Amino acid sequence: MKRLAIAATAALALATAAQADTKIGMITTLSGGGSHLGIDVRDGFMLAIAQSGRTDIEVMIEDDARKPDVAKTISDKFVQRDNVDILTGIIWSNLAMAVVPSVTRGGTFYISPNAGPSPLAGAMCNENYFNVAWQNNDLHAAMGAYMKDAGVEKPFILAPNYPAGTDALTGFKSTFGEPEREIFTQLGQTDYAAEIAQIRASGADSVFFFLPGGMGISFMKQYAASGVDLPVYGPAFSFDEVILGAVGDAALGVFNTSQWAYDLDNPTNAAFVESFRAEYGRTPTLYASQGFDTANLILSALEVAEPSDADAFRAALEAANFDSVRGDFAFNSNHHPVQDILVRQVVAGDGKPTNQLVGVAVEDHRDAYAAECNM
Amino acid sequence: MRGREGWINGALAAALLIVPLALHLAGEVYYVNLASRVVIVALAAVGLNLALGYGGMVSFGHAAFFGIGGYVAGISAHHAILGTSFLGLSTTTEMPLIWLISVLLAGVVALAIGAISLRTKGVYFIMITLAFAQMLYYFAISFPAYGGEDGLPIYVRNTFPGLNTFDPITFYGICVVALFACLFLTARIMGSRFGAALDMAHLSETRLATAGIAPFNIRLTAFVISAMMTALAGALFADLNGFVSPSMMSWHRSGEIMVIVILGGVGRLWGPVAGAIAFVLLETFLGGLTERWGLFLGLILLGTVLFARGGIMGLIAGKARHD
Amino acid sequence: MPLSLIIEQALNGLQLGVTLFLMASGLTLVFGVMGLINLAHGSLYMVGAFVTAWVSASVGSFWIGLGAGIMAAAAVGALVEVAVIRRLYARDHLDQVLATFALILIFSEGTRWLFGSQPLWLDVPDLLSGAVTLPGGSPYPVFRLAIIAMGALVALGLYLMISRTRLGMRIRAGEADREMIGALGVDIATLYTLVFALGAALAGLAGAMVGALQSVQVGMGEPVLILAFVVIVIGGIGSVKGALIGAILVGVTDTMGRILLPSAFGLFMDASSATAVGSALASMLIYLLMALVLALKPQGLFPVHARA
Repeated sequence: MKRLAIAATAALALATAAQADTKIGMITTLSGGGSHLGIDVRDGFMLAIAQSGRTDIEVMIEDDARKPDVAKTISDKFVQRDNVDILTGIIWSNLAMAVVPSVTRGGTFYISPNAGPSPLAGAMCNENYFNVAWQNNDLHAAMGAYMKDAGVEKPFILAPNYPAGTDALTGFKSTFGEPEREIFTQLGQTDYAAEIAQIRASGADSVFFFLPGGMGISFMKQYAASGVDLPVYGPAFSFDEVILGAVGDAALGVFNTSQWAYDLDNPTNAAFVESFRAEYGRTPTLYASQGFDTANLILSALEVAEPSDADAFRAALEAANFDSVRGDFAFNSNHHPVQDILVRQVVAGDGKPTNQLVGVAVEDHRDAYAAECNM
Repeated sequence: MRGREGWINGALAAALLIVPLALHLAGEVYYVNLASRVVIVALAAVGLNLALGYGGMVSFGHAAFFGIGGYVAGISAHHAILGTSFLGLSTTTEMPLIWLISVLLAGVVALAIGAISLRTKGVYFIMITLAFAQMLYYFAISFPAYGGEDGLPIYVRNTFPGLNTFDPITFYGICVVALFACLFLTARIMGSRFGAALDMAHLSETRLATAGIAPFNIRLTAFVISAMMTALAGALFADLNGFVSPSMMSWHRSGEIMVIVILGGVGRLWGPVAGAIAFVLLETFLGGLTERWGLFLGLILLGTVLFARGGIMGLIAGKARHD
Repeated sequence: MPLSLIIEQALNGLQLGVTLFLMASGLTLVFGVMGLINLAHGSLYMVGAFVTAWVSASVGSFWIGLGAGIMAAAAVGALVEVAVIRRLYARDHLDQVLATFALILIFSEGTRWLFGSQPLWLDVPDLLSGAVTLPGGSPYPVFRLAIIAMGALVALGLYLMISRTRLGMRIRAGEADREMIGALGVDIATLYTLVFALGAALAGLAGAMVGALQSVQVGMGEPVLILAFVVIVIGGIGSVKGALIGAILVGVTDTMGRILLPSAFGLFMDASSATAVGSALASMLIYLLMALVLALKPQGLFPVHARA
């Protein structure tokens, strides 16, 4: 961490001296519940910038504390005061919806390392908006397809009662069909005894849940203690490395879908995982991989064009001419990824459980909203 | 308005008029918008100050009214832009009409909340206003039609006849006029017989009762007017940010509005303005300096409560009339 | 709806109620004796959970961690009382709300500074892990039963302490008339610190138990704090009995509402709008309950005396 900090400071100092050519503003969640997502995006991003050795890029980072109005205030500051060329970093869909539309309409590029709310992929898409991670429904839809193939018949599905939760269950049902039972929980809920009782009483043969951050930790621990032993499935958001560390052995055996895995076999990924571990002393999560890819996409475009030449820079981004840690990577017509969605299983690791790649759920997945996008 | 406090109030008013204009001429769009934020937050606190400072009603739920104003602006713009209707009514993007609806709706809600809450006193009043705000907060989160937790963006700022609201300095002008109007209204209210009765209801209920005036009605009226002002601030806040979300109604927000009133000086006409300037500037610049600004804000706040009870106005202008 | 599900839910409601009672009893004691409203009570809950998780992880024993967590919460409580809270007794509620709101900010940021912003891992001890079979035939987690039993013990202990001991006598005297205990020659300052530390220890205990069930992270105290306030307002601020009954009422209403309402709406709506409307209403239910109680009895169910 220290080494990188020094490198970044040096880069910053040099950059200021040489009048930084490119200014990138990063708005991300570094405090409060779920801040490990923002921290990993930032660390992955800064790792790629440091590895590029470019000193003419200035990255300004601010914490949005997961509040939409704070994010909006920061974005106004970056755009109006600091004249940034590119914005990135937002983790949560509700924050993205607060910031992205006005920013991209104003001509600033926004490259999303995480959130992919459906309006931005469909009716409200914009030529200056790119998503490097996924569209919100993607991982859930892939899991629906995987579970159907695996012969699951009567899943019990649950998600928080808010739009990203609704999107998750919609995504799941788009590929699986009708589940045995679906319920919505409260956002930020920490006690799942009532839901687990219903799962037990429902006669379902499996459980699919989308509960990111602390909600997933609580649910898994309580589920494991409840004596219900139905198999559990979910997107990678419910089972990142940090959550697995907190949940412990309760998560063993769980299947989850992700667009990336740290043991995915390609040279870019191997180098990324090794350097990330060396730099920060921990295994990267999918969020770190997304931050790393986002930075490399931007770097690849900067090789070809300057953001001031918007059309050329946009074309360079669309080409996506960079080595992704996911292997093959391309943009769909709505600037969202076309990519394989993988399946991972939680296995015993070194001191705490970890994810192991077991297969591919969907190849060359495209999101469901591209047709609604006219740009 | 007398003596040193009068001078300070004059200085604050002059600063609100001159500084943003200077920033505008210097081309600092960001700081002009920051000034709008200060003014709007101040307006919300001016509203609370009427209930809390003058009426002694410690409402821990004013964020609910702030949110109501915000959601009226957001929902109205949402339907108008999509060309859909709200319960069969067509909606508007005209600010004056939006303000009118915000203020009336908040007034009706405040009348209901106040009618129940004002039956209680002290801690119970604090807690029941908090509970009502939490109720609306959870409703906003769970009701999916207007974005729920994700919030509702306003893609095109609402309009004002004859003005270009997109222009930051024009929008600032609108906000500052609203603030001055509410300050003027507060001064007029407190100078009237009603204001004297409210003062009395706060200080000595029995004397008011012997004068044949029901303290309950006086308090309820003040509570409703207070909520209306805060709702107006909410509507402006939504347009400033281009966004409304349930966080406008969270209990942290109620706490923040309260903090601004205290920081500035309770029951001082211009106290909320001083408090808002201090709070927003601290938030912006401490937040820029350190990730741990919450710690420093907490320490500053604690210091204010423990050692500077009159807030900023108390420090600079001396004791308030009542102490 | 099968009977076993209803029994299980009732137990879940009881367990939530017991947790709330641990929080609410401290709040209500502090209010009853010192007339103080303490928003930072949730921070002591968080301190208990963090210290328990941290010590458990370093020592490898949940029980040592739990002891450390409770003691740390009590110690931090006593420290805060001496440094800050004691200056607030003579102040009005507004000052108390603000100062303790400031303490929340300081505690949250300080905890993040010390422990980082990632959730900590605290596991249920082996002795209490797993599930037992209920009379209805369905399994139920042992740890939740243990929480219920512990809550009952604490309630009994508090009752005995307040009704039988010298400390309890002084607490009752303090609730009745604050000037009088001074006249009795009781060291008020020490009594207040003790009561505050006791409340803090109970909050720390609640935090540790819930932390093992859920997760240990910054801000975990705030939702519980608001619920605990709802509890003491319903029960009557200052009344430990009111806190117990209010806590169980809130716990059961919340838990039952969450399963019954969506099913009830399912009778005349399609499934997905029933869950949406039902869970929206369920999340407002306890606040409605509180408004209803206060509209009928403005001093709560068990009004202590007129000092609000």
